[in-house]
Amino acid sequence: MKRRKQLFFLGLLLSCMIALCACSGSTENKGNDQKEAENGEASKNGGSVIVGITNDLDSLDPHKAVAAGTKEVLFNIFEGLVKPDKDGNLVPAVASDYKISEDGMTYTFYLREGVKFHNGALVTVDDVIYSLKRATGLLETSDPEVRVESVFSCVESINAITTEDGKQAVEVKLNQPNIELLSYFTISIIPKDYTEQATKPVGTGPFRFVSYSPLVSIVMEKNPDYYVKGVPYLDEVTFKISANTDAAFMELRAGTIDIFQQLTYEQSNQLKDLYNIEIGHMNLVQALFLNHKAAPFDNLKVRQALSYAIDRQMILDIVAGGNGTIIGSNMFPGFGKYYDESLASYYTYDVEKAKQLLNEAGYPEGFHFTITVPSNYQAHVDTAQVIVEQLKKVGITAEIKLVEWASWISDVYQGRNYESTIIGLDSNLSPSDIVKRYESTSKNNFLNYSNSQFDSLYPKAYASVKEEEKVDLYHQLQRILTEDVASVYLQDPANLVAVNKKLAGYQFYPVYVQDMSTVYYK
Amino acid sequence: MKFYIKKLITLIITLVFVSFITFFAFQVIPGDSAIAKLGMDATEEQLQELRESMGLNDPMFVRYGRFLKSTVTGDFGTSTQYNVSVASLVADRLPVTAWLAVLSVLFMVVISLPLGLICARKEDGFIDRFITFLSQTFMAVPPFFLGILISLLFGIILKWFVPGRFVPVSQNFGAFISYMVFPALAVSIPKVAMLTKFLKTSLLRELSYDYVRTARSKGLKKKQIMTKHVLKNALIPVITFFGMLTADALAGSIVVEQVFNLPGMGRMLVSAIANRDFSVVSAAVLYIAGIVIIINFIVDMTYQKVDPRVRIS
Repeated sequence: MKRRKQLFFLGLLLSCMIALCACSGSTENKGNDQKEAENGEASKNGGSVIVGITNDLDSLDPHKAVAAGTKEVLFNIFEGLVKPDKDGNLVPAVASDYKISEDGMTYTFYLREGVKFHNGALVTVDDVIYSLKRATGLLETSDPEVRVESVFSCVESINAITTEDGKQAVEVKLNQPNIELLSYFTISIIPKDYTEQATKPVGTGPFRFVSYSPLVSIVMEKNPDYYVKGVPYLDEVTFKISANTDAAFMELRAGTIDIFQQLTYEQSNQLKDLYNIEIGHMNLVQALFLNHKAAPFDNLKVRQALSYAIDRQMILDIVAGGNGTIIGSNMFPGFGKYYDESLASYYTYDVEKAKQLLNEAGYPEGFHFTITVPSNYQAHVDTAQVIVEQLKKVGITAEIKLVEWASWISDVYQGRNYESTIIGLDSNLSPSDIVKRYESTSKNNFLNYSNSQFDSLYPKAYASVKEEEKVDLYHQLQRILTEDVASVYLQDPANLVAVNKKLAGYQFYPVYVQDMSTVYYK
Repeated sequence: MKFYIKKLITLIITLVFVSFITFFAFQVIPGDSAIAKLGMDATEEQLQELRESMGLNDPMFVRYGRFLKSTVTGDFGTSTQYNVSVASLVADRLPVTAWLAVLSVLFMVVISLPLGLICARKEDGFIDRFITFLSQTFMAVPPFFLGILISLLFGIILKWFVPGRFVPVSQNFGAFISYMVFPALAVSIPKVAMLTKFLKTSLLRELSYDYVRTARSKGLKKKQIMTKHVLKNALIPVITFFGMLTADALAGSIVVEQVFNLPGMGRMLVSAIANRDFSVVSAAVLYIAGIVIIINFIVDMTYQKVDPRVRIS
């Protein structure tokens, strides 16, 4: 009896000790936080930040990484010959300058002097040629895991040249004219024949790799040899991987994450006292994409009816508190002059007109269809819910079918086995990249869209080497997509980002990246 | 000895069966490792080349044979997502889940045993009714929701721990355990409620038997009867139930790891399924199945020890 009692009390004592450990653990961490904050406040330079992300990295090798969430992180470690700035311009990076021949057949990149890899080695022409050949699939022995963009099929040769003033340069020759290829030269420059890129990545970016633990975090530190003087400000950046947005939200409430993007409007409202909420754009085309081979979406009047029946402003108001930009075609404002703003108001909310069009199309009682939505994107799920309610007003019954992301890719995107879907399409900063999928022969044409006018105009736009003509042709292509209601274009969604109130310098980019080099403690 | 050999054979058969189910489940679900690796805009040629290099184009039984071979050698191959050996991934994550399960089980025993005894002794009294009310409530709350409530109450409001923070076991054992306590509570509380109720019922049933009346008539004190005779007999069905709950707690910890952001086997499994990382999924499933089988084995052993009738049969 006595022994049992002892065992019982021993158990209780153990539980209490564990609970006490819990308390002491948190105190210790609070101390660290305070210390970090004090360091940060001391000057603009120094300090460390924790950036919350919800997607684990799919590869540390930049040429093998596919997920947007990985590229968002690796942007801080790697750089290409050029890199995007916050206004959407492509500025020289590892290259100090570049030249595109008038016929659009030759790209010449002049190497910046003194650029060092994180392992201390100077970047040479051989490194650049190796990197470009690897990423364009021109190496003699190819690695099947290296992701080669199909657009690089136009690259014929990559060679080293010496300019008249004795500088080293790399010349890329194409087999057909293309002045849109520049944005693809953001591909990372890596050391030649370096075999540990997948575990110990080495680049030229503002931060260098320290450690990575799957499902936990990736840590990087300031690159003291970075060729841009004055940046980065921070000594250390940790991208912490949260299991999901809810777990990250809990951490934000506890103050253990300094920066977190893609909050829902509801979450941002709850965090606005603790964080600065910065509002930018996701740089996506979010749309109710329609399968043109699935009836009744093969009927133009039905597609038009859907466009009139959906109140885009209400979607913005409900899903993101009015933030975001309404779009009317398959391009978003980040494309600058290529984006046709006038199309955003082509279809205005009009229930009566929608009913009339449905009547003319032979569906006076409406119809039933399914919206397949990837369940991991809350913004798309929320948008689908609003649309379902709006369509009820014109007699259309829409049913939401939530699927896992891998199923979405194989069933919807590759199998084209769906009726409609809501997704956000991102793109490289090349206008062709975002509209080429509408060519009837395109492998990525998951909408099964076919329009002879579009098919004949697109190659002209892509091949054009005159800037003004190119802009005009891309505007025409967007108009075709709008008038033909290739899909119901909704918005470029808002990106709501929680930023620690002690931090400044967070910038939005027209591509999906988080640049930590400009962030500093106030 | 015969008992152990029998158990070992059962264990092997069960694991082979689990590996078979896992393998074929992966064949029928949409998406494959190559698509997950190369992304949505990969061309068919690129996908084919990668599938070939990954051995995905081989006949199904060849792949299953290869998988079995790697399973037997315990190496499980390389993770397609992380490009590191699955064994090293598991080695880092298994302690998290194992400790979570151990702490959960500890809480289940330490909390439910006295509560069950109190409820049985004070049947229909205020304390019994109060505990029963709490049990009913907590039984209905799923572990993930309880996890959110615990994070909110102890993490955000009381600030007893920092939600989302985690210290690896290799770095600081004390701090590691401190971050395991609250997730373990989230896993164990619904189980505690069930176990308390089950123990109370079992104790009351025993108390109604004739031998208790005989013991009382012999002048034994109520406390003595309870601890020396009734508890031992009442624990026999509870042990089986406890085994089931422990396996259930392991399943619960998969969900709770998501809520508390713990890098354990559960989180690894969820992430691997999303990325169609078959080597990691199979390793995680087999390890979890193995743990459940071992728990059942321990339960059987305990059962045998406590109840001599099982030994005889």
